[in-house]
Amino acid sequence: MNFNSAREIIDLSNSEGKKIYELMIARETELQGATEAEIRKNMARSLEIMKKAVEDSITKDIKSISGLIGGDAKKIYKNESIKGGTICGAMMKKAIAYSMGVLEVNASMGKIVAAPTAGSSGIIPGTLIALQEEYDLSEAVIINALITSSAIGLIVSKNATVAGAEGGCQAETGTAAAMAAGAIVEMMGGTVEQSFHAAATSLKNILGLVCDPIAGLVEAPCEKRNAIGASNALISAEMALCGVESIIPFDEVVDAMYKIGRSLPFELKETALGGLADTETGRRIKKEIHNN
Amino acid sequence: MSELSMFDVLGPNMIGPSSSHTAGACRIGKVGNKMSKGDISYVRFYLHGSFGQTYQGHGTDRALVGGILGFDPDDERIVESLNIANNLGIKYEFIKKDLGDVHANTVKIEIEKSDGETVEVMGSSIGGGNIIITRINGLDLEFTGEYFTLVVPHIDRPGIVTKVTSVLANHEINIAFMKVYRHTRGKEAFMIIESDNVVDQKTMDEIKALNGVMNTYSINLK
Ligand code: SF4
Repeated sequence: MNFNSAREIIDLSNSEGKKIYELMIARETELQGATEAEIRKNMARSLEIMKKAVEDSITKDIKSISGLIGGDAKKIYKNESIKGGTICGAMMKKAIAYSMGVLEVNASMGKIVAAPTAGSSGIIPGTLIALQEEYDLSEAVIINALITSSAIGLIVSKNATVAGAEGGCQAETGTAAAMAAGAIVEMMGGTVEQSFHAAATSLKNILGLVCDPIAGLVEAPCEKRNAIGASNALISAEMALCGVESIIPFDEVVDAMYKIGRSLPFELKETALGGLADTETGRRIKKEIHNN
Repeated sequence: MSELSMFDVLGPNMIGPSSSHTAGACRIGKVGNKMSKGDISYVRFYLHGSFGQTYQGHGTDRALVGGILGFDPDDERIVESLNIANNLGIKYEFIKKDLGDVHANTVKIEIEKSDGETVEVMGSSIGGGNIIITRINGLDLEFTGEYFTLVVPHIDRPGIVTKVTSVLANHEINIAFMKVYRHTRGKEAFMIIESDNVVDQKTMDEIKALNGVMNTYSINLK
């Protein structure tokens, strides 16, 4: 069992009557020689790391190595300045706080799961853990969702790139949002087609987003782009679950993303030579941090 | 390239902040640990390109030292690695240096062992925590550590490769890839053997005892 595109996953899913995570487990068993029990155990370990990062971010005082970010997740999670504590709603508020929190943990040399990269590591845990809490979902359901998300990320890795240095931030936080959106749809009872409508929508929403980290560090604007990625995933999943379809199929969106990524100038692909990194403030911060 | 696992997509599990500047750096450091068998009194890190520019902000320094101490990229002790090295009396130095026409994230590690012998390892962090080792002790070579890797320095002479591979065959170790690198004929050369399963100590000792084999190093990166 193997697949190279969303189209193949959809066809296999329909012909075999299997969910995306079931196909992904079958593939892993066959290609990597792992048993389903081992796979689940390893994924449970990944989930544990994700949860610990979320927990630390809202309970501990976190500062990044450079001092540029830290403490924002806590501010949002504990906010009391707005009536009711949120304008986005409890679910979205948690997803935003958690996804930013994981990035803060990452930037302070804490332990994370690259999902699919360190810079975009907040989106998948942020959304899935928030949903688990709000809908009282079991550990097994979240582990399945993580496996589903990996299948979507696999398609992007095979046909394009998930590296900011190659494809800009659309490749990192866009892919993470697509992975989360598709997984959420499957987890909440949607069809395989709906999963890929959600994934396509997420990626389309931020096509063209450049990678321009201040001082070259995975901190800002990365942290906030994880919050946007989390909300992007939830919004796209909601649309798909309500029957809203992506006009352009996922595989073609991935191709478009890759083409855009390749045509971005290198200044906007992780070199920290353009975009926000090359603003007056961005340059000043770089000087202060690297003293050069 | 081998097929991606779901844990390549959702992973690696790592200490932040950057898979290339932190996790990959730690892995290159760990190759240095293995090639010196953990016997390190002084280590100099020559940092090229982006490694040289941003090593403090990305914790590359702590990741490299963590690797030198034998830590894996998900080991939380990386954060404290500089202190741990200080307590062990291991001296370290970071030097920005243009290493020439190499990948932007490249480091050359020079290790001085307690007996004064030096070991040199050069490698690049090529993204997603993946690495390529490009030089050991002045000899250009290439391996990724993606498989269990056995490095066997030996004297370049006829029949030596067969001897080594038959020991591996006797212990039912399946070789995935194998390459031989050498300076000049009849001098020191390296066998790089990548296998599907771990090579145990007994097998390593048997290989090391072969006439013409100078040493064996097993590199098993997480
Ligand atoms: S801006 Fe660049 S480094 Fe930051 S999350 Fe986006 S792709 Fe990653």
